[in-house]
Amino acid sequence: MSLANTNAQSVVLSARSIGKYFYTPEKLKVLKDVQFDAYKGEFLTLVGKSGSGKSTLLYCLSTMDTDYEGDLFIDGERITGKHPTQLAAIRNHSIGFVFQFHYLLPEFSCLKNVMIPALKLGKYAYKEVEERAYQKLEILGVQDQALKPASKLSGGQQQRVSIARALINDPKIIMCDEPTGNLDSKNTQIVFDIFKQLAQNNAQTIIAVTHDTDFAAASDRTIELADGRIIN
Amino acid sequence: MARNVNLDIALTHLLTRKRQTIVAALGVTIGIGMYIFMNSLMAGFSRYARNEIFKMNPHMKIFREDEISVPLDGHSTEGNTMRVLINPAITTTSKSLLDPQRLLENVRQISFITNAMPQVNVDVFYNKGNSQCKGIANGINIAEADAMFNIGSTILSGSLEALQGNLGGIIIGKGIAEKLNLNLGDNLTISSSRGVLKIMKIVGVFSSGNKNTDESKSYVNIAAAQQLAKQGTTYITDIYANTINSNQALEFAQNVQTITPYKVEAWQTTNSDLLSGDVIRDIMNGTVSMTILLIAAFGIYNIMNMTITQKLNDIAILKATGFNGSDIVGIFLRESIFMGILGTVFGLAIGAICISVLSKVYVGGPIGTFPIYFDAKVFFRGAFFGIGLTALAGYLPARKAANIDPVSIFRK
Repeated sequence: MSLANTNAQSVVLSARSIGKYFYTPEKLKVLKDVQFDAYKGEFLTLVGKSGSGKSTLLYCLSTMDTDYEGDLFIDGERITGKHPTQLAAIRNHSIGFVFQFHYLLPEFSCLKNVMIPALKLGKYAYKEVEERAYQKLEILGVQDQALKPASKLSGGQQQRVSIARALINDPKIIMCDEPTGNLDSKNTQIVFDIFKQLAQNNAQTIIAVTHDTDFAAASDRTIELADGRIIN
Repeated sequence: MARNVNLDIALTHLLTRKRQTIVAALGVTIGIGMYIFMNSLMAGFSRYARNEIFKMNPHMKIFREDEISVPLDGHSTEGNTMRVLINPAITTTSKSLLDPQRLLENVRQISFITNAMPQVNVDVFYNKGNSQCKGIANGINIAEADAMFNIGSTILSGSLEALQGNLGGIIIGKGIAEKLNLNLGDNLTISSSRGVLKIMKIVGVFSSGNKNTDESKSYVNIAAAQQLAKQGTTYITDIYANTINSNQALEFAQNVQTITPYKVEAWQTTNSDLLSGDVIRDIMNGTVSMTILLIAAFGIYNIMNMTITQKLNDIAILKATGFNGSDIVGIFLRESIFMGILGTVFGLAIGAICISVLSKVYVGGPIGTFPIYFDAKVFFRGAFFGIGLTALAGYLPARKAANIDPVSIFRK
């Protein structure tokens, strides 16, 4: 918590009056005037009941959902209204994603899965990317599994590989949608510790949607949504 | 970047689904193979048919066209009209060209004319005892005619040289010889439409492959034909000319028409019935072979559509991690183009094998072996259509993949 406070002046992501409608089955306003800032090195959790709009908010912040009102800033730059190709580039170098399901490509080894976003970025040569991917797998303790296909790993290992993939381009922000939803308590603890370290040691910002109250309670800050509004 | 990551992903997809890749490529292979085979056969047959035409016809003919008399119209004055009625009829008294030698010289000097020769055609009856058969005697210089039509290759017995300068000699068609039971060395009585009777010695028998021609045509010397026509040495009915390019004969004929008042007719005009058959054949062939290619392209389209439906999760995560729409199109388009290239290469190979085998297969009749041959144009077109159509067939599903909304996948 102390770290979040020391970095309080450095805003990484800021949401201004975010509003969003769902049109099916009928028009419904799911996000209402959502406004908050996320700071550098902060471990932030979004909580709320099912249907509160927390996941919807995360996907608006993710730049993948562009159909919203209001303005979104990442690193001081206005993201709202940018071309999808520019948004893809921003996601590539500034945002890492961890989902409830691992979404590892089944045809590739774990190592290659981690490498793909870096190969897309094209900043490093192939050999360097491979080395960096090994380092990330090592941080997550799954370097032994590097050359296996994703389907041969346990659920906890798969999730750790997918976190390594999220980290490969050293993004400023890591967004997670129920990252521990499919994990047992032991693996949940491991993943939680990894996030905690990333925020503290690498000054990366974590924004995680969760319904796990223990997980949320242990994070730096929790934003609670109800009926599309921030209530806490 | 050392390697293109989109290509890397595309190749991995193809290699992990070898079976599907091969099945899709096989569709293209069969399509292209059939396309090459059909088009080569058509091109070969057209070339064969063309050669058949040029065995009998020059690229252009110059002759005197029959003139029809024009009815005299009476002087039409008010109230006092006189009409002269005359039945339209052919008024040409002589079929001869005037000053044929000069015309021949002029024609020979034209740059695009390769060779030209005079000819005297006379309608005749071939008689033996009471048997009679009708035909046309072609008065020619046998050496010139051989240069133009390669008559030597059609000779069954006797020789062309025996006719050279031999005014009493004649080379007859196989059909005439059979009908009148004539053999080499026999004498034959010829009566012309001008009433001239001439006994000639058979020095050769030819078979052109065309029954009508074999039953009516004979070759004699020009002077002999002039005698049969009861005309002098300046009597020439036709001038035949070949050009450097048979396909341009129509333009060349128009060009030659400017130096002579007589009718100049290109072979295309003379054989327009055969050529219209060519057009229909080309249309049919084009439709069938394009349909085969389209079906192959549909195979690729289906397989790519299926692949993309199976890979919705993968596409979603690629988009989340920074791959944009054109990257996704690039990945799946590469896959279909790769299948297209693979299929096309094997298709071209199968087409080539078909051609080399079939060109040695005997089909009988005057055709001999399959009239099929390697035509680089057909192979280029096959490659172009094969790769082009599979690219198009792959683009449509790839476009669909690029438009997938990743949020809808992640929120399932």
